[in-house]
Amino acid sequence: MSKIYFTKDHEWVKVEDGKGYIGLTDYAQDQLGDIVYIELPDVGSELEAGDTLGVVESVKSASDIFSPISGEVLAVNEELEDAPELINADAMENWIAQLSIKDEAELENLMDEGEYNDFIGEE
Amino acid sequence: MVHRYIPKGDGEKEKMLETIGVESIDDLFVDIPKDLRLKEPLKIPPALSELELLRRAQELGEKNTPITSRVSFLGAGVYDHFVPLIIDHIISRSEFYTSYTPYQPEIAQGTLQAIFEYQTLICRLTGMDISNASMYEGASAAAEALLMALAEKRKSDNVLVSAGMHPQTIQVIKTYLHYRGVEIREVPLKDGKTDLEAAKELTDANTAGMIVQNPNFFGEMEEVVPFADFCKENKMLSILSVDPISLALLEPPGNQGIDLVIGDGQSLGNGLNFGGPYLGFLAVKKKHMRKMPGRLVGVSRDSEGKRAFVLTLQAREQHIRRYKATSNICTNMSLNALIASIYLNALGTDGLREVATQSLSKAHYLYKGLLETGAFEEVFSSPFFKEFTLKYKGDVKELLAKLRDCNIVGGLDLTEYGREGEILVAVTEKRTKEEMDRYIACVREVSA
Amino acid sequence: MKYYSTLIFEISREGKRAFSLPALDVPAVDAEVLKSPLRAELDFPAVAENELMRHYVNMSQANYHIDGGFYPLGSCTMKYNPKINEDVARMPNLTQVHPLQPVETVQGTLEVLYELQQDLCEVAGMDAMTLQPAAGAHGELAGLMMIKSYHEKNGDHQRVKIIAPDSAHGTNPATAAMVGFDLVEIKSDEQGNVDLEELKSHLDDKVAGLMLTNPSTLGLFERQVREIADLIHEAGGLLYYDGANMNAIMGKARPGDMGFDVMHFNIHKTFSTPHGGGGPGAGPVGVKKILEPFLPVPRIMKEGDKFVLKSDYPDSIGKLRSFYGNYGVLLRAFAYIRTMGPDGLHEVSENAVLNANYLMSLLKEEYNLPKDQVCMHEFVLAGLKDPGEITTLDVAKRLLDYGFHPPTVYFPLIIPQALMIEPTETESKQTLDEFADAMNSIAKEARETPEVLKSAPSKTPVGRIDEVFAARAVILNYDDMLAYKEEKL
Repeated sequence: MSKIYFTKDHEWVKVEDGKGYIGLTDYAQDQLGDIVYIELPDVGSELEAGDTLGVVESVKSASDIFSPISGEVLAVNEELEDAPELINADAMENWIAQLSIKDEAELENLMDEGEYNDFIGEE
Repeated sequence: MVHRYIPKGDGEKEKMLETIGVESIDDLFVDIPKDLRLKEPLKIPPALSELELLRRAQELGEKNTPITSRVSFLGAGVYDHFVPLIIDHIISRSEFYTSYTPYQPEIAQGTLQAIFEYQTLICRLTGMDISNASMYEGASAAAEALLMALAEKRKSDNVLVSAGMHPQTIQVIKTYLHYRGVEIREVPLKDGKTDLEAAKELTDANTAGMIVQNPNFFGEMEEVVPFADFCKENKMLSILSVDPISLALLEPPGNQGIDLVIGDGQSLGNGLNFGGPYLGFLAVKKKHMRKMPGRLVGVSRDSEGKRAFVLTLQAREQHIRRYKATSNICTNMSLNALIASIYLNALGTDGLREVATQSLSKAHYLYKGLLETGAFEEVFSSPFFKEFTLKYKGDVKELLAKLRDCNIVGGLDLTEYGREGEILVAVTEKRTKEEMDRYIACVREVSA
Repeated sequence: MKYYSTLIFEISREGKRAFSLPALDVPAVDAEVLKSPLRAELDFPAVAENELMRHYVNMSQANYHIDGGFYPLGSCTMKYNPKINEDVARMPNLTQVHPLQPVETVQGTLEVLYELQQDLCEVAGMDAMTLQPAAGAHGELAGLMMIKSYHEKNGDHQRVKIIAPDSAHGTNPATAAMVGFDLVEIKSDEQGNVDLEELKSHLDDKVAGLMLTNPSTLGLFERQVREIADLIHEAGGLLYYDGANMNAIMGKARPGDMGFDVMHFNIHKTFSTPHGGGGPGAGPVGVKKILEPFLPVPRIMKEGDKFVLKSDYPDSIGKLRSFYGNYGVLLRAFAYIRTMGPDGLHEVSENAVLNANYLMSLLKEEYNLPKDQVCMHEFVLAGLKDPGEITTLDVAKRLLDYGFHPPTVYFPLIIPQALMIEPTETESKQTLDEFADAMNSIAKEARETPEVLKSAPSKTPVGRIDEVFAARAVILNYDDMLAYKEEKL
């Protein structure tokens, strides 16, 4: 059973088997428009919650992706290197990086799906 | 009096003020606090008519001794290669020189296509995957290449710079990197070549990259493959600064394992112009594309599917990435890159090889001739291309002065560069046998 | 303008040539003497000279250019490029000079550069000038390096903060990063003015300096500039002036008098040198006395009646590029300043400001003007008053069909749907009227036939270009284009 948490910066983290899969929300991809490149983190790097995990580029913008949680980067979704448009196609299914979860309590600070939908409704 | 660049007919100023709804021009400047307003005219010389300015410029020009009035063997990074006449005819077209940066691609296809062709030519010349649209000039391109190497390697804090780099390039690198807290470790030369054994000693886990110039400042050929291999073994980027003309003959660095190639494009059809404007070229292997500074032009298609060119990967650049951009560079040397392209296209494969071969042959003719006078000693034993270093047995300053009396600029006195008694001599395809024989004869006369 | 996209590589046929060189008159030397690996092949185009000329002429005809039409680009100062400048910059005895020639043989050239330094100091209200930086951003680099060295010399190593308003050009923050400074972005109000209270909250002993463009990128003069300067100086910081908008104030006011310590000029904006399709420009930097020891070397000085190059300045930041700067560009600026004289430069700024205000008056009916007040040399509109589905991008693209280059769009970032317009002094009332008519017709079209705007441009050599494709496919040279299998380009 997996659970998804959301951030105010429009990232999501899906917890599965004790690991966190991180991606961008559908709202984020819609706001960004056509994504042309995703800069992925190095596998093995240690991140704190709020650190820059990567960068997502559209033709006229470059936006940081912030890590919702602290942990070590265990894997990155290499498919996105050649096909960043996968995020546009299905943002919730295409994770960007997989992190170990250093502190489960951090998840408590994030929003659940309902709260996130309310949040973007206000934006 | 109405100025010739300010088109205002009688009464137009008044009409415009009326439309705006103010009484006078001064009303438009009300936001400038009174105490900051200039009370008197700027103290600069009065306006000159067109004729007067031409005379003044001519008068200033007459205080120079241009190299056209002498036979020049001065090089040291700036070379007197022949500039095909077609170049000035093309770059004098208003459509090229008075156009803006191609941010509106629908009406800037000419500039964009010219850059795309330039990028292709530089890639073919260097054997690299990607060339940007050009940098300010060679020395700052070298510094930017090292910044790129630093950006590519996490936790790096030092770089290696060959002592065979142009001294000015080393100075520019020092300026750029000092403010980033990066340590520059200079790799000494051994018999005129970069000493890779010494480089090894200077390398540690935090070394981001190394830069070598080929041929180096003293004209000597460096060994490229061992340098590239050395950098690979030590997990750092190899940056080679090249003379683009030499690449007509030499294996492209891209085939030799080099990660980044840079250089000054002055040789490619750009006049001497007392040091600028020239262009710097910067070309990389594909995996380094994202950290590359400067503009890039890509091919795409328009709404009807027609081939069209456009600036691309702009999200790397300062106007989008701002504080996080690899470089603050905003411009490219578009017109100088256009010159370089026209030059390469005009010469083509055969012409470029001819320029390189003639320069090589003539440089060797003069080298041999000067040694045979008995007035010089060899300094290095490595091969050279179009420029060489010799040690004069007498007083170099005196020699160069005497040569000037023979209407010859004999080369660069290396005394100022810490090499007492040595001169650096460059020979391009423009020099003739007769001119070189005159040089040799003059040396004999002086040294007899 | 016409469509032409044939690449030189597609014209090339083996056996043709466009060059002519004398025969080798010394024994040929084989490249084997280089004792280096030699290249097996070199593939450059083979074309005849006339084909080469036609290729470039055809290409050029797909370019908009200032000699052909109006460029109302905000912050770019696209003024006329005088022809005498070009002629002076091609005089053989002024240009066929090698940068390492003995100084006795380049006295005329050094005199030009020395006089230019003096003139720029006077226009700026500064004490000393370097001509070395190759562009505005390069000048910013020089300026911030000097600021850093100044603080280091004073032992103030903790001064790591550069403050810049959020309306600043992207080069400001990027330069701060390159020099190893931290950046503090402060908010500007709707007039582009600095919020003094916010500024005060950032002032401490970590402040190295403030970067400011004045008039701001909104085309408005920062009235509180003296207060800002005093606050920064009291906090121990220095003030950097981004000279992008100097065309507004020549002979009217001077950055040096406003309290700035260091500034750059954009020679290719203010002093009429051509943009060349993106360069070369030049970015001279002027400083007050306190920063003079830190100027790049060599410096061009006058000793008696001789001009010299001096490098013996131990506190200098060093060299920023080889040699002395983009001399060919500087020669043109020299010709321009001599042509204009003090009265001419004053006229330039008055007319630049008059033209901007006039054009603003003609456009404010149909377009949002964030603040209805007089502007300096440029102004920013916040899109159409009645936009419907129409964006600023659509307006810009439709302008192309009317034969005009669009204004700067979506900058400054703080104004939504920004259209930043700078007409310069070299445009006539007729041109401004025609441009305003086009802009106002487009506003009407936005209401009546928005689909025309959405599909614009239709009269340019190419239509809207698929930038997403370009950024994803990343085809940056002809050989990659040939190798691209998905579709023929």
